[in-house]
Amino acid sequence: MEEETAQFTGMPRLGDPVPDMEVQTTHGTLRLSDFKGSWLVIFSHPADFTPVCTTEFMAFAQIHPGLKKRGVELLGLSVDSLTSHIAWVRNIEEKTGVKIDFPIIADLNKEVATRFGMVHPGQSKTETVRCVFIIDPNQVFRLMLYYPLSTGRNMDEILRVIDALQMTDANKVATPANWRPGDMVIVPPPQTQEAAEERLKQGYECVDWYFCKKKV
Amino acid sequence: MPCVNPDGKPTDSGINMLRAVQSGKQTADDIAVATGMPMYRVRSGLRELVDAGFLLRGDDDVVSLSDQGEALV
Repeated sequence: MEEETAQFTGMPRLGDPVPDMEVQTTHGTLRLSDFKGSWLVIFSHPADFTPVCTTEFMAFAQIHPGLKKRGVELLGLSVDSLTSHIAWVRNIEEKTGVKIDFPIIADLNKEVATRFGMVHPGQSKTETVRCVFIIDPNQVFRLMLYYPLSTGRNMDEILRVIDALQMTDANKVATPANWRPGDMVIVPPPQTQEAAEERLKQGYECVDWYFCKKKV
Repeated sequence: MPCVNPDGKPTDSGINMLRAVQSGKQTADDIAVATGMPMYRVRSGLRELVDAGFLLRGDDDVVSLSDQGEALV
């Protein structure tokens, strides 16, 4: 029992480097380091040929062009076989007309799922839950989302958080709740008393010295 | 979509990459621009083409055609 628990405890944390692993995908053998220099969304799904996952794959395919515009690559994963993945994406295209043109990892031995903490035994001991890992061009975990087996993911939120991460990286700012591109961003709080005084003279929209927003 | 088939012959993607190298592209960045392939595909494809003997990898990850690769493009 302890061993079984131990194998599920490898949870990456924000700011951790992504382990470099060689993976079998529907686009051939890849290394995670092959994605260095691009943003990367790695997402897991419980199983091929299941209804919620099919809707998610169609939705990921629909946002794929938008992700590419943002410099983001997409990489799916489940513990199904390559043959199953290939049959499923062919089936999705045949039945719905939606082409799945991003690679999908076949993680039959759960090596990646274990390293990434994608199996949550309280949900399922055999399937991966609906994880989303957003990884930056330096191969650092920047954001993680976990959804239960029963709940399909929201693509707008995935695009929104990528926009937010890229905005904060480019401009050294933070983003408020429900931020969307075009909204005002938060200026980091001043770190000295002098800076706090100056902050109020800099033309930002300030609620108080620690809470100022600006347009970017 | 690997760049080399199980029978050892390059796929269409592999041939495209070999042609890019033949036209003077020597780095993954240049090959990605020339072929329109995403960088991760170029990096994995270069590994396969080198392992299969169609490309030679030199210093600084610069690649060139081997005799075997030259014969194909």
